Amino acid sequence: MKRIENASELQALRQKLLAAHDPDQPVVRVCLGPGCLALGAEKVSRAFKSAIKKKRGNFKVQPLIKTTGCHGFCSQGTLVNLSPLNLCYVRVKPEDAAAIVDATLTKGEVLERLLHSDNGTRYRSASEIPFYKLQQKIILKNVGVIDPLDIKDALMAGAYQSLAKALTEMSPDDVIRTVYASGLRGRGGGGFPTGFKWMKALENARVNPGPVYLIANGEEGDPGAFMDRAIMEGDPHAVLEGMCLGAYAMGGNQGFLYVRHEYPIAIRHLSAAIEQARALGLLGKNILGAGFDFDIQIHRGAGAYVCGEETAIIASLEGRVGEPVTRPPFPAQEGLWKRPTVINNVETWANVPHIIDKGAQWYANLGVPHSTGTKIFSLVGKVRNTGLVEVPMGISLGTLVEEIGGGVPGQGQFKAVQTGGPSGGIVPYALKDISSEALKPERVGLPSQGFIPSDKKELSVDFDSMAMTGSIMGGGGMIVMDDHDCVVDLARYFLRFLEEESCGKCLPCRLGLKGMLGFLDQFSQGQGNPEDIEALESLGKALVDGSLCGLGRSAPNPVLTSIRYFRDEYLAHIVEHKCPAGVCRDLITYSIDPEICNGCGLCAKNCPQACVTGKKKKPHAIDEKACVRCGVCQDVCPVDAVFVA
Amino acid sequence: MSAQKRKPMILIDFTIDGQPVQARPGWSILETARAYRIHIPTLCFHPAISPWGGCRLCVVEMRYGKRSKVAVSCLTPPVHELEVLTNSERVMNVRRWVLEMLLAECPASREIKNLAAQYGVTATRFPIKDPHEECLKCGRCVAVCNEVVGVGALTFGSRGVKKQLETPYRVPNNLCVGCGCCVSICPTGALQARLDTVRGDISRRTGHGFAH
Repeated sequence: MKRIENASELQALRQKLLAAHDPDQPVVRVCLGPGCLALGAEKVSRAFKSAIKKKRGNFKVQPLIKTTGCHGFCSQGTLVNLSPLNLCYVRVKPEDAAAIVDATLTKGEVLERLLHSDNGTRYRSASEIPFYKLQQKIILKNVGVIDPLDIKDALMAGAYQSLAKALTEMSPDDVIRTVYASGLRGRGGGGFPTGFKWMKALENARVNPGPVYLIANGEEGDPGAFMDRAIMEGDPHAVLEGMCLGAYAMGGNQGFLYVRHEYPIAIRHLSAAIEQARALGLLGKNILGAGFDFDIQIHRGAGAYVCGEETAIIASLEGRVGEPVTRPPFPAQEGLWKRPTVINNVETWANVPHIIDKGAQWYANLGVPHSTGTKIFSLVGKVRNTGLVEVPMGISLGTLVEEIGGGVPGQGQFKAVQTGGPSGGIVPYALKDISSEALKPERVGLPSQGFIPSDKKELSVDFDSMAMTGSIMGGGGMIVMDDHDCVVDLARYFLRFLEEESCGKCLPCRLGLKGMLGFLDQFSQGQGNPEDIEALESLGKALVDGSLCGLGRSAPNPVLTSIRYFRDEYLAHIVEHKCPAGVCRDLITYSIDPEICNGCGLCAKNCPQACVTGKKKKPHAIDEKACVRCGVCQDVCPVDAVFVA
Repeated sequence: MSAQKRKPMILIDFTIDGQPVQARPGWSILETARAYRIHIPTLCFHPAISPWGGCRLCVVEMRYGKRSKVAVSCLTPPVHELEVLTNSERVMNVRRWVLEMLLAECPASREIKNLAAQYGVTATRFPIKDPHEECLKCGRCVAVCNEVVGVGALTFGSRGVKKQLETPYRVPNNLCVGCGCCVSICPTGALQARLDTVRGDISRRTGHGFAH
């Protein structure tokens, strides 16, 4: 395609592409998100291609196979959407492809067995499924719809329209004012007002003339979080356009995309998107003939979680060791190569085109007054519908977990929710019925300024309410736990992750996380005494106050919140030497109920220690001394005779 | 220059532990405190090198209006009307815990033992890994070798709890000029025993164009 010289040529190209598109052409969209990919989505898309090739004479209009980014409903993968029929097939296997091509694409029949069913209802289209119905997709609108490797698809969906609007109708100051007025807050977790950050960077650049740098933070390392990954893989142009708009507003000419090395697909899609955008003149010199130059370079993170911290990103980009430095000076004052630098999360950048397109007021009306817009969560853990969801800010926790998440699988009870990645807090699920105002007086020893309680009756999910509970909003990870999860064990898990990822520059974080882990290791073995809980709390507060960067300052959150809300469970470990959830290996025993056991011998066969004995058809028994508490016997038992005590 | 000289210097008025103090522009809270002989403990700060903010012993509580926060004094510039508390409960909590952990990390260091005793920390609840360890990885030696000597013969290797003081690529270093700056700047004397690992066997270095 030839280079686009101005905004009207962009419109003309879009119209031309839309006119060439046949609305009757069947499109098969195969989800190639992380979940579906692991389930073999690539084989599914290949099977579709070969099935269509075989039947190529039978179609009026040749169907199109699109491999797209994440559709969101990860627990039901592989997901396939068919338009214009508006069908959503779930759990599609490669062998189903031929049947779908045969029945649905050629004859227009619906394959009932591949539709999503819940409580006896079958749902034909995605928009009817409760999981999707309550969501409000703005950032994810094009994710799962467009082919991320084809800029034409993105242009048809409206990519770069906001850029054209800004370059032709708005001054740079207008762009900043619009973003500021929208109330957009940083989606990486801090929740800092984006427009304010931009203003500061611009002010500093005016005082001290020279370049401004823009960085997109795609170093998403939280366990169980994949929001940014979905955006980068599914709609890379949204990030590029957002950065272009930011560059126009602040007069920047160079942007960096800092993407973690563990996201090879995201890097591939972003590289392709940058190349295609450059070829069309949407990046590079004289963008859309407006005399504005901006280019983006991808920089791969080398596998350090701490490089998600903004000063560590700058160090890493400059070629230094990825360790944070003390702020102030903030990056907006003195960042990359000592120049004002704006670092925003990938999701934040992806919000910008929508704000410019539809206006600040529209955006400010979404969500709640102090947390505007929508937020993407990766809903994982003990919920039936795991996946990627986009909901308006301020949605109640109950709605998010029970209606969208579909409740707890099996017979468990919801126990707690862990938000904001490893350094978020563990908040009891019972808190969902408490308004954030009520939580205010007993806030834990966390930074205690500027929280604005929401006036809702239920606990709403927004920046300030989450902070009020002692947890954080974070990047958007949401891990749901039921009564088979032990909070001591979970706090230990998150702390171990953070201990490994600590850079080791400051003493409280390097030694303190090791020390806290030592306490928790003792507790999980039933050792220690109740005073140790106090000591652990006090050490946690020392880390919050004393650490250098956000990693150390937020690392004690899981411990502090779990002590605050689940002190009984800690005491059960220490005093009674029991793990109520039956998780901590040193405090549990596996035994077989002789009443239920039918003597099938599966447990004995699968036991790695060979410590299950018993005659055929007779109740078996476990030798406690040899048992390593791996739980295999419980997993394989067909009659649930193995129980934990 | 002359125009700048004539301009009166804007001093920053604030208080440390209730005592009114004035900081020159560019001074940190720690530097101001030292000018007024107010003691704030630190292990990693040294006037010869740029502040690093690693040991976190120099934390102070800063109150400004209704806001209060704990930050390191070596890197934080004061602002007008700031109230600095060097011994508040939050500050002491951080210091005591850091010192207690240091007692386990560097059990052989007399300096750390003395400092901890000043804050009432005499025993540690944490396990001691190496009873002969003195190095707390404060980064002074690395900084002096890079910034002052300008050779970069020392560096940190690995990350987090595995962090180690090393020579680049873990081999005896031809860059080392044997100046001894790292030894003299070390707050605990840990480098005395390590200098030979850094510079290698001196007898083998003669004839290679080096000073020794």
